[in-house]
Amino acid sequence: MRGTLSDRTGAALLMAPLLLFLILAYAWPFLGVVKWSFTLPTPGLGQYHALLTDGLVQSVFIRTLRIAAIVTVVSVTAAYAITVVWVRGSPVQRVLAEFCILVPFWISVLTRAFGWVALLSNRGLINTWLQSIGFISEPLTLVRNEFGVIVGMSHFLIPFAVFPLASAMRSLDERVLLAARGLGSSRIRTFWTVFVPMTRSGIIGSALITFVFSLGFFVTPAILGGGRSVMIAELIYLRIFQSPDWGLGAAISVVLVVFVGALMALLFRYVKPKQLA
Amino acid sequence: MQQPGRAAEIKANGIGKSFGSFRALDNLSLDIGRGEFLTLLGPSGSGKTTFLMILAGFVQPSEGKLFSDGVDITNRPAEQRAAGMVFQGYALFPHMSVEQNIAFPLKVRKKSAAEIKNRVGEIIERVGLKGHEKKLPAQLSGGQQQRVALARALVFEPGVLLLDEPFSALDKSLRGQMQAEMKRLHQETGTTFVFVTHDQSEALALSSRVAIFNHGKLLQVGRPDEVYDRPANRFVAEFLGEINMLPVKGVRPADNGATGLCEDRAVNMRCKAEAIKGDAILAIRPEDMSIAPEASVNQNGIAATAVASTYLGAATKLDLTTRQGAKVTVSVPNEVAAAALSKGNSVWLTWPAEKGFLLPDGGQ
Repeated sequence: MRGTLSDRTGAALLMAPLLLFLILAYAWPFLGVVKWSFTLPTPGLGQYHALLTDGLVQSVFIRTLRIAAIVTVVSVTAAYAITVVWVRGSPVQRVLAEFCILVPFWISVLTRAFGWVALLSNRGLINTWLQSIGFISEPLTLVRNEFGVIVGMSHFLIPFAVFPLASAMRSLDERVLLAARGLGSSRIRTFWTVFVPMTRSGIIGSALITFVFSLGFFVTPAILGGGRSVMIAELIYLRIFQSPDWGLGAAISVVLVVFVGALMALLFRYVKPKQLA
Repeated sequence: MQQPGRAAEIKANGIGKSFGSFRALDNLSLDIGRGEFLTLLGPSGSGKTTFLMILAGFVQPSEGKLFSDGVDITNRPAEQRAAGMVFQGYALFPHMSVEQNIAFPLKVRKKSAAEIKNRVGEIIERVGLKGHEKKLPAQLSGGQQQRVALARALVFEPGVLLLDEPFSALDKSLRGQMQAEMKRLHQETGTTFVFVTHDQSEALALSSRVAIFNHGKLLQVGRPDEVYDRPANRFVAEFLGEINMLPVKGVRPADNGATGLCEDRAVNMRCKAEAIKGDAILAIRPEDMSIAPEASVNQNGIAATAVASTYLGAATKLDLTTRQGAKVTVSVPNEVAAAALSKGNSVWLTWPAEKGFLLPDGGQ
């Protein structure tokens, strides 16, 4: 019979398989990780204490936060410019922008990271070209350092940063912009004093998504950082697989998940989930 | 529009606008006088809003020229024309307080902080928003938002204020109040007001002149009483209010006007009939006709039977059918309507010769 299930119940039933999957494949194993962090190698808070005192762990945490912050600023700024063209450009500009936003989704993160190596390495395209036009004599160190990591991560995250911004820009009342111009405001002034503040929720959503994603990056920093710019996910990997220290690796994981969870809670206080799509 | 504090005089010369194959505005020429309150009236899609957008500089005309105080401003961008504008839905800046919204055009003009404070304070008082300075638009009622929009558009003393259906979102009693307020603001500021509406009673109540649009064409411009009493054509006559159309045969010029046969009775009309000969339509407003038990030979009158009435409070609207089947509506005192209905038989519809006007038969 139709209409016996409310929309809410219907939606909950449709979501159930996903929820079940997440519990079995993610939440349950994670509880195991939490257990390790308190029990390996000996039961107690030893690993969390180590976390607070270990200079290496702390420097990796700080580097991760710094890289995530820079990547967020770079990605949101670039995404803002792209989104303005995508949402408000001429029909041709819109198609081009859409193409630029969607194509990266079809290329694996691994391929992209190696692509950047090819571009940025000492004998890569950029250095070779700059040397051939005589702009530099020695190659610039563009990769296997933080710079390379930031470039690679920003490139990956820009498309994700676009969607919350696009949603904010699409819901903006065109007449408000006309009103600003009619009141004597130049296009540039209207952009900064009216357009940008009115898309604030999109900027917050976009920044939080980028930041949260950045914290968990593994492949891109591993390849473009060349072991010199280790981020938190790579540190966990090293602790679990190389220097078997499961307890510390687990404790770092728990801290990361709790921190990301807190940021997500913050995100949803400012942005409705549907604005992110 | 360029000298603040002074009402602008605007001249539109052969303005036209096409959107693809759609002709939104056709060969419009119109002079808007200094300090006048001009209403652009017409149904939706008639071109009135397009013309307002052209005046504001948001829409570029396909042809024609626009002058402000004798200066060609056809190609001047909107931000340099700086006409005050009140949008449908107000278009307030949602992230700015009332005060900041109103200060915006002054900040853009780089006025000193002291001057901004003075002028914003003064206009907030004038539009009755005192105590709401720090609120955001979302915290205000529709009428208050309307006042913010008006204050913001007037605070920099523009030469012309453009208003795009500003009252369409307000309920009826608030509408009346805001109309009175706008009329007062017009008198106080002396600025040229150009107002777009599709509400004919609003247009007649507010304006010093009304410009009536249909299908992208300007049909008639004139004082409210002129366009109401002497409409240029049938569309204008019908758009401005209810009107009765009676066929008149054999129209010819006569002393002080014209004469003809209406339902086989001679009728006299004071209006001129130069262009109209033979068969025509006599158009008379419901309030210009009365009901009488009989009509004398030299009085305009036709016999009719009352069929229905609508009580309107102050008066009653009475629907009648004439002997030859024309439908007529009159607005009469309540007791007259009751008497006419209760009789159930024929009454006389009479009207003075000065009232009513002739329109070409069947034509526009």
